Formats: sequence, C-alpha cells, structure tokens
Amino acid sequence: MSELVNPTVNTRPIALEIENLVVGVGKSGAGKKIIDGISLQVRQGETLCVVGESGSGKSVTSLSTMGLLPRDSLKAIGGSIKLVGEDVLQASDRRLRQLRATTMAMIFQEPMTALNPVVPVGKQIDEVLRTHTSLGASARRARILDMMEQVRLPDVKRIFASYPHRLSGGQRQRIMIAMALVLEPKLLIADEPTTALDVTTQAQILKLIRDLQKDHGTAVLFITHDMGVVADIADRVAVMRHGRLVETGALKDVLSAPTQDYTRNLLSSVPSLVPRAAREEAGFNPVVLEANELGKVYRERSMFGKPREVHAAQDVTLTLRKGRTLGIVGESGSGKSTVARCIVRLIDPTSGGIRLAGREISDLSRHALQPHRKKIQIVFQDPYRSLNPRITIGESICEGPINFGTKHSVAMARARELLELVGLPPDAVSRYPHQFSGGQRQRIAIARALALDPEVLVADEAVSALDVSVQAQVLRLLDDIQTRLGIAILFITHDLRVAAQICDDVAVMQHGRVVEQGPAAEVLANPQQPYTRQLLDAAPGRGWDFANFRAVDGSTTVPAA
Amino acid sequence: MLGYLIRRILAAIPVMGVVALFVFLLLRLTPGDPAAIIAGDNATPEQLDRIRTQLGLNEPLYTQFFSWVWRLLHGDFGTSLISNVPVLQMVNQRIEPSLSIALCVMLVSILVAIPLGVIAAWKHGTWIDRFVMALSVIGFSVPVFVIGYVLVQVFAIELRWFPVQGFRSISRGFGPFFERITLPTIALSFVYVALIARMTRAAMLGVLGEDYVRTARAKGINESGVLFRHALRNAAVPVITVIGTGFALLISGVVVTESVFNLPGIGRLTVDAVLARDFPVIQAMILLTSGVYVGVNLLIDLAYALLDPRIRY
Repeated sequence: MSELVNPTVNTRPIALEIENLVVGVGKSGAGKKIIDGISLQVRQGETLCVVGESGSGKSVTSLSTMGLLPRDSLKAIGGSIKLVGEDVLQASDRRLRQLRATTMAMIFQEPMTALNPVVPVGKQIDEVLRTHTSLGASARRARILDMMEQVRLPDVKRIFASYPHRLSGGQRQRIMIAMALVLEPKLLIADEPTTALDVTTQAQILKLIRDLQKDHGTAVLFITHDMGVVADIADRVAVMRHGRLVETGALKDVLSAPTQDYTRNLLSSVPSLVPRAAREEAGFNPVVLEANELGKVYRERSMFGKPREVHAAQDVTLTLRKGRTLGIVGESGSGKSTVARCIVRLIDPTSGGIRLAGREISDLSRHALQPHRKKIQIVFQDPYRSLNPRITIGESICEGPINFGTKHSVAMARARELLELVGLPPDAVSRYPHQFSGGQRQRIAIARALALDPEVLVADEAVSALDVSVQAQVLRLLDDIQTRLGIAILFITHDLRVAAQICDDVAVMQHGRVVEQGPAAEVLANPQQPYTRQLLDAAPGRGWDFANFRAVDGSTTVPAA
Repeated sequence: MLGYLIRRILAAIPVMGVVALFVFLLLRLTPGDPAAIIAGDNATPEQLDRIRTQLGLNEPLYTQFFSWVWRLLHGDFGTSLISNVPVLQMVNQRIEPSLSIALCVMLVSILVAIPLGVIAAWKHGTWIDRFVMALSVIGFSVPVFVIGYVLVQVFAIELRWFPVQGFRSISRGFGPFFERITLPTIALSFVYVALIARMTRAAMLGVLGEDYVRTARAKGINESGVLFRHALRNAAVPVITVIGTGFALLISGVVVTESVFNLPGIGRLTVDAVLARDFPVIQAMILLTSGVYVGVNLLIDLAYALLDPRIRY
C-alpha cells in the first residue's frame, strides 16, 4: 500500500518515462488519435497501475512501449518513450528486438493463449536465452529451472518438458512471468495479467509479482481495469480515459481523494464486497425453480481400461422463489455453469431432478420439453458472440415468440417494447449487433431472453465481460426488471462483489458441489466454510471501500513491498 | 503414439473391406450376365460357359466374394481381359511414372508454395501479397494442358533443353530420369503451388493474429523465427490436409498430363481400362485408389498428432 512505500522510491532512477505520447490510427498514424498526449513515469522498484475502461488506450500505451503496435493500423506519431534514457520510438527494429526481454519484458492477459501450444514451455523460455545470451545448453537449463523455482512452480523438471495445455492457467502465467524475468529486465509491463485467473490464483500471482519486484528491483507498469487489483498492487495510479490521462497520483491519494469526476464515478461503480441490505423475506412467494440433488457426470470412453469419469456437478440442491435472485458463485471448474446449463436443459443432467414452475423437467424428452423452454431463459457471458451477427436485433428478439406461435407483427411490436424496457431506442430492431457496444448488446441479450415472458432468467456470468460502469448499469437494469416483472433470477458469477450486490441468496460451489448456501448477507459477511472464507480473503481490494473513498480496517491480502 | 498408430491401422481394415465388397459387386450387379459383358457381343455360348467357370460365376455369391478376396490377399488381381497380362504386372509397370511425378510435384510445390504463402501472409495487404494471390489465380485458371504444351513448345522444341515426351526409369540413371520428369512436374506444379500457397497464406493469417505470436515478438525473436518457428507449425494442420489429398489425387492418376507428355502412368491405364471395359483392371484401380486415400488419410492424422501435442492419441 502506498502509505507503506519506502520513501526513497522517489529518488530511484527512472526506468520508463513516457512524454506526450500520441498514437494515431492508420499506417501513418494520421487517423483518429487513440492516445493523445500521455505522460507517465515509472521508477525502479515501483509499480504504476494504469487503470481505465476498455477503449481507454491503456493497452496501446504498453504495446507502444514494447514496439509491438500492429504496423498497418496504429502508429506512434508524437512524443517519446524513454526506457532507461533511450527513446524506443526512435530505435531501429533490431535495437528494439535487443531491448525486448533484456531491458523490458511483458506479460499478457490470457495465459491460455499467450504460449505457443506446440512447443514445450521450457523450450519457450529457453528461446529468450538463446536469442539474447551466449550461454551453453546446460547453463541455460540451470538458469531456467532456477527461474521456474523462483516463480514457485512445483516439479520444475517435469513442467520444463510439458506442453502448455498440460498446465493450469495460473501455472501458465507463472511460466510467462519466468520468461519475462529470466534476463532481469529493468521494466516489466503486465497487461491485465490476472484478469483471466480465478481469485485465489490471482492473489497468488499478484503476490508473486510483488515479491519478484522486491528481489530484482524491477519497475512494473501494471495495466488493469480492476480497482481491487489496483488497491492491492499499486504504488502509484494513473487513470486513463479516451486516450488521455485523467489523473495520476499515489495510490492512497487517488483512492481516497480523487480530484476528477471520472475517477470518482469509476470508484463508485466498484460493487462493494459488503452484501446489500437484505430484501424483505419472500417465504410466501411461490417456488419457481428447484434443483434436487442434480448431478452431471462426464464419461470419457477409453479403448483400454476403465472409462474416466468427471463429476462436473454432484448433489446440487437449490431453491429459487418468484422475484428473488439466487447466486451461484465459485471459481472456474467449480461446476456453476454446468449447473446452469443443466437447469436450462442445454445439457442433460445425469441424475437428480429439476422442477420448473411445479413441473419436473429433467426427464422430459426434447419434444416434451419444448413448451417449458419459454419459462426459463438464459443470458450468456460474452455479448459479442451470443448474438448472431447476420440477423437484425428485431429478428433475434422475435425468433423465440414466433417459434411459439406469435404472429410476426405482434412479436416485432413486443420487441420494440422490450428494447425500451432495457433502455435502448425501439428503432434498434432493424440494426445489427455490430452497431452496438458490449453493454448495449448485453441489454439486447436480456431483451431477447425476456421476449418469452420467462419465469426464471438464468444469467451466466452476464456482466463479467463488461466494464465496471457498464456492469453497474446492467446490474441496475436486472434489478429494475425484477421489481417490475417479478421474475426470478439465477445469477452465475465468479465475482463476489457482484454477487454481494445483486443476490438474495448465495450458493458457493467447489469441485462440483455446493459447499455453503444461505442468505447472501450471511454467507458473504459471515462465512462458515473455510473455502468461502478463502474466496473472500482472496478477493482483491478487500482493504478498500471504493464507493466511499476510504480504507476499511482489516488486513490486505498482498503484503506491501 | 504407437497404440494410436495401431488403432488407426486396424480401423483402416473395415474401410478397405467395404471398398472390396463394393468393387466385387460392381461387376456382379451390373445389369446382364457378367460373362456376356466380359466376352462381348459376339461370344459363342461355349465361350460364355468357359468364362463363367473361369470366374467361378456358377458358385454362390458369398463363396465368389471370399475366394476373390483370398486371391487379392495373395497378390492375384486377375488377368486383363484385353491383353491377358496379369493385372498386378500391368499396375507395377505403371506405378513408377505416377509415383515419380507425384513425389516431384509435391516436393516442388511445397518448396515453392509454403514460402510464398508465408511471405504473402506476413506482407498482408501489400503488393507482394497481391502478386502472390494473382499468381495463384493464374495457377488455378490456366488448364494444365495449356501450360504443358507451352512448356513443350518453348523448352523442348525451341530451346531443346529437354526431350519432348516420355519417361525413363530412375534405375536407368538419374540424368535421363530428371530430363524427362522436369517439364511435366513444372506443368502440374502450377495448380498445386496455387492451392498450397493460398492455404498457407490463409492459415498463417489466422495464426499471426494469435497471442503467442505477440509473445514471441515480445521476447525479441527476429521475424523469421516468429514466422517459421512459431507461426508456421501452428498453421500447418490445414496445409498438411491439402498436401495430403493433393498427393493422393496425383498418385491415382493425372490423365491430361500423362497424355500431354506421353507418360505411361496410372491415369491412362485407368482410362484405357474403362473405355475397354477391362473389369479386372478397373477393379484393381479402384482398390489401389481407395488404398492410397486410406493410407494418405492415416498419414495426415499422424502428422496432426505429431504437429499438435493437444491432439490425444
């Protein structure tokens, strides 16, 4: 935390100094300015967090520094980026290649795709040493194994020879970090390095970056959209928006006394980990959805020996009443999406029952299920892929009702109403998905789900891909729709902050089982199970009450440098 | 890996069995008396009888099938009705020209097309890319016999660098073999270069946008390392597929090229057999072609497994 930062940091040499950087669209950079006069500096041993929503230009800034801007679409046309005094914008391609990995290194958001799938990971790290050093094979190997131990990978010799698909997301990100730091660069650029990871893994990786930074004195330029992560790792913060710097300052100053409205809004949008006030008990509301000891087993056939069985969900029992929101929270692989998909019967459960509006639907055939489908609808995570790009918004929304016998003109009129309900202009019916932003598309997806007047709406990570300010709007929309239509919502999320703000009840899942279940106010404020506690402890930014611009007492998970 | 190989080879057996059944029934299910078809319109009843006995046509169908398969497994593909030469011997004579041309064309095409495709993708949108794509359109659209006759006219008749036509076995020296195989190889390579270059470019374009390519660049690796070490291997699967099927097509005969350059290959043997209704030869050619496709598909799948560790055996 900033208040604990060693004051000598301000006298340390500057590792990176960006002055008045301008990046324009197009081969010559003559088009729209994506970055418009950014100035930043990072000293050795210091972490600067660049925070902003999508489109703010934070990733473009980091790619400019590495000289990795896509050549035919973006170009730096003004300012300078000095890496230990040397302007990388003026450097030749050859010089840039020399600087990469030796003086500056970068880790990326998606550890799943950032490693070459057809090359063993040890060899991928080795490539850095072969390119930049003249060490012999055994010396390189020794150095790599040592680095792999430093990033706390287990069984390094085995992992050295493993292909990326054999490793977990956290392990892959550790490999990326080992690869980035093996030559002890002065500057490490981390572009959303923990965004794709589970909270517990995220906490570990953040701690690892902190520790390695302390050991090696690396300057870290940390790009993130997540205020919680900022609170845990930053010494200083730079807030970006539309390619400009909104404000910059020490962590504590920015979080507790933001000077700009935009920063204030951004901070206020961060959902609080403290559960919202419980709504009126709805014991008399009818139960609309029940899952009874639901199970899903995947069997992998094998030619020799026993088939391998994976229990994706086991003995999951849930109850959802009209007008209420039940959250299923858990990390990736916990089975929460499997349960959601079983309940909607997108996949078939292998055991247990599902009662929808009083009717058992788990054993209905595809045909017999048809009339019940309209009672339960689902909204998916990625609004960029869940709408057919070649079908107009109106047709997408109408497709369900028409399938159930509604006349086209009636369905289209209803689509216009629904678009208004979700806060979009009714004339959006004739437009195509690519004409809308991510948040707008998610509104469309919600309108599509509502078109069939379902009794249950399943939201599978429905706000996870959205920026916090947009996320806050969509959460308000869901809340509003629930109040107006009395719909029941099954809300699947990995984000405890979101769960705390929207759910009445919460079920925590781990390894396919529900480990803890109850009213959100109890489960999230006073967890009984160690796993729930572990999840809450790992949630980034626990030490801050962002919306009220103040620190809360209690310890933070990442020890200060 | 070995287990995978064995499973795949075992899986090829039923496929070939079905093909054999089809080939067998081809003659039996053709309307009319097979013996009459074989003997032709002017055969005497004695001749028909002799043919029936010779072919075992008086036996029950399944006995005929199994004894036919049994003979196949012992290398007896029957005797040509036209030339009275054993079919296996005829095929043996024709396989070398076909195999030689197939291997040469594939080798030349791969060596030319893959670098072209990689460079086109790397320089995506520039004149280099457009030039390569234009070449590939020409390669697709100009018929092979036009290219063939132009090559013969220029290099064989005018410049006298190469013989006009014919084939010489490699066992009789590399020089004469090379002289005669060059022009047909070039003529046929055009379309394969076009095909493979296009496929390579498309696959590379997809891969070059991947995160791990960005990672490779962030490591400070030079462009050739990025393109060939990191990108090409990931782009290889669709390219290998095209190369494999192209190779199978080449082995099973390229009639036009064989005709232009007067090569005694499989393609012309097949066409001649079909025109003369030489059933034993037709049957052998179908079996050969199917066998080649099954074999090539097996090799393609093995290549996938070797190239991509994520594909499980």
